[in-house]
Amino acid sequence: MLASILQNIINALQWGSFYSLIALGYTLVYGVLLLINFAHGDVFMVGAYIAFFVATFLLSFSALPGWGVLALTIPLCMILTALVGVSLERIAYRPLRRKGAHRLYVVITALMCGLVLENGNLALLGASRKAFPELIHKVVFTFGSVTMTNLKIAVILSAFLTFFILQFIVTKTKIGMAMRAISYDKFAVPLMGIPIDTVIVFTFVLGSAFAGLAGLLFALSYPILDPYMGAMIGWKAFIAAVVGGIGDIRGAFLGGFLLGFVEILVVAFFPSTYRDLIAFSILLVILCIKPTGLFGVAQTTKI
Amino acid sequence: MRKWFLVSMLVLVSSALFLAACSKKDASAPKEITIGFNIPLTGDIPKVGEESKFAGEMLKNEINEAGGLEVGGQKYKLNFVYADNESKAESAVSVALKLIEKDQVLAIVGPNSSKQAVPAGQACDDNHTPMISPWSTNPDTTLDRPWVFRAAFLDPFQGPVAADFAMEQFGAKTAAVLYALANDYSKGLAEIFKGDFEKKNGAESVVAFESYGDKDQDFSAQLTKIIAAKPDFIFLPNNYNEVALTIKQAHDLGWAGPFMGADAWGNSELMTLCGDDCKGQYFSTHYAAAGATGATKEFIDKYKSLYGYQPADVAALTWDATRIVLKAIQDMGSLSDNLADNRKGIRDALANIAEFPGITGNMKFDAQGDPIKCAVVVKINDQGEFEFTKSVCP
Repeated sequence: MLASILQNIINALQWGSFYSLIALGYTLVYGVLLLINFAHGDVFMVGAYIAFFVATFLLSFSALPGWGVLALTIPLCMILTALVGVSLERIAYRPLRRKGAHRLYVVITALMCGLVLENGNLALLGASRKAFPELIHKVVFTFGSVTMTNLKIAVILSAFLTFFILQFIVTKTKIGMAMRAISYDKFAVPLMGIPIDTVIVFTFVLGSAFAGLAGLLFALSYPILDPYMGAMIGWKAFIAAVVGGIGDIRGAFLGGFLLGFVEILVVAFFPSTYRDLIAFSILLVILCIKPTGLFGVAQTTKI
Repeated sequence: MRKWFLVSMLVLVSSALFLAACSKKDASAPKEITIGFNIPLTGDIPKVGEESKFAGEMLKNEINEAGGLEVGGQKYKLNFVYADNESKAESAVSVALKLIEKDQVLAIVGPNSSKQAVPAGQACDDNHTPMISPWSTNPDTTLDRPWVFRAAFLDPFQGPVAADFAMEQFGAKTAAVLYALANDYSKGLAEIFKGDFEKKNGAESVVAFESYGDKDQDFSAQLTKIIAAKPDFIFLPNNYNEVALTIKQAHDLGWAGPFMGADAWGNSELMTLCGDDCKGQYFSTHYAAAGATGATKEFIDKYKSLYGYQPADVAALTWDATRIVLKAIQDMGSLSDNLADNRKGIRDALANIAEFPGITGNMKFDAQGDPIKCAVVVKINDQGEFEFTKSVCP
């Protein structure tokens, strides 16, 4: 029984890590622009595909060993995915922002961008799934009847590392201060001489780069890629970000793990048929008690 | 006045010309037989759709090159319309309606999965259009639907085949099942298997009966529960893409025992996605490509030379299903101009086929329109081929 609980905690930590990594991207953009970037789940999917192409390219055109390929794939994938995120901002969101469109329209645009990414991928690459190559040799560690792999440990560590990096950037650096300032008052910030567009682009770079990292780690852990892989996990991560208190880095991080734990533990103790029913009822109760999420602050309307 | 006269003359002449052109086209153009294919070209199982399409194309070209299908002394060219149901239940219904209304097809081949075949069967039955599913094994697809037929055996037959084989091969006394909740095929087969296995090994011999949702990729919680229950083997009646993920994750969690699968495993993409993890596992299916003989071998060789890979069961079943429809059309003797009459004629002819020698085995049809045929159990060998192990006949 104890072993099975420990095993489930490890499972939940790994699964929650993915929710956390994606939820962090939602929360970053929301925190700055008050925009729910619904395309984020699909940026994650694009990240996984970019990782796939970079890794297969490096494997076939260089003599690098698997870990070397991985070491090169991580930064390349993050940079390329960041470019995708920034292009989305330039092509889809910025023109609307310039015209002073209501936030609702930008959210709908984001939803459509997600669909464009999914179906663009489907049209370009076809519906057939891609099998991600095994870059590092998988090692299974067994302690009694509890098992974990080196990959699971890497995923969990990456999620924590990402959280600390983002938390540091947002709370301790100058650009982080600018990001917080924009979310506080979008109109006063340019008057203070802060280049608002640069800060927004930086936000998208951060969010998308870590979506790329999440995509790469996901592809390593679940090595089957398809164009719709980002949709469901993206929505669930958004829910995680809201439950954690959207706009807050700690909230997204904890919200992701909370959702991971709830989903896995519900299966462990109830019939798995009721997993989503029970899991999301629990989240609903949390939101009923604290509508702004765990770390959210009630917004005051300014007159 | 003169102007009006001219205009009306012009209209008359042009419409007469138009009518003449139309009727001329009707008389001279070779008559066509249009059959619709309701298949998953994108979505969860695109390879299934691709193989169905290729099998259809191969059959169409073969017959059209020979001049067309002969019905009552007249040759008809075949026209196959391939429509994508995105592997979704709701799209399968709209695709069926599109084929029935817009493309005016005589009959529909597909959908393949029970998930789509069950709802699409209702649409075809309501609209009095004959439908034959190549691959669907869930009883509900054809149950009380006089217009719906199939070419595959049924899950109430397949479930016991899997249970018997596992008891014999692994000496299994206990089993665990992991199935996809949103998939009619998976859920139906899982329940049939559980009922049969518990009947033979006593209540509670299925020690874990777990499910997952649509688009799930992480099964670690369910597998942890299954492994903790210590079954003799795990039964996975799921689509090949989910099977690949499940088996890898089970191995990561320390599972070293055997898996047993069902016919949805039998796809040429399974080994690309699953790799070494799937080798040595068994599943029940419609035919074994390795070591086939006769017409089956001819089909496999031709398919391989045209498309470059070994066709899976779904290609062979589509081939059989389409040929059953064509045989029914030939049995009608002649085609009339009335679409509804033709559809009715095909349905009656389909219902009258007593026996059909298919490349997936000899089929006899019962009153529900379901074939009675043999199943085979194959082993995935070290080369990743599906090797014939055992044949089970009803």
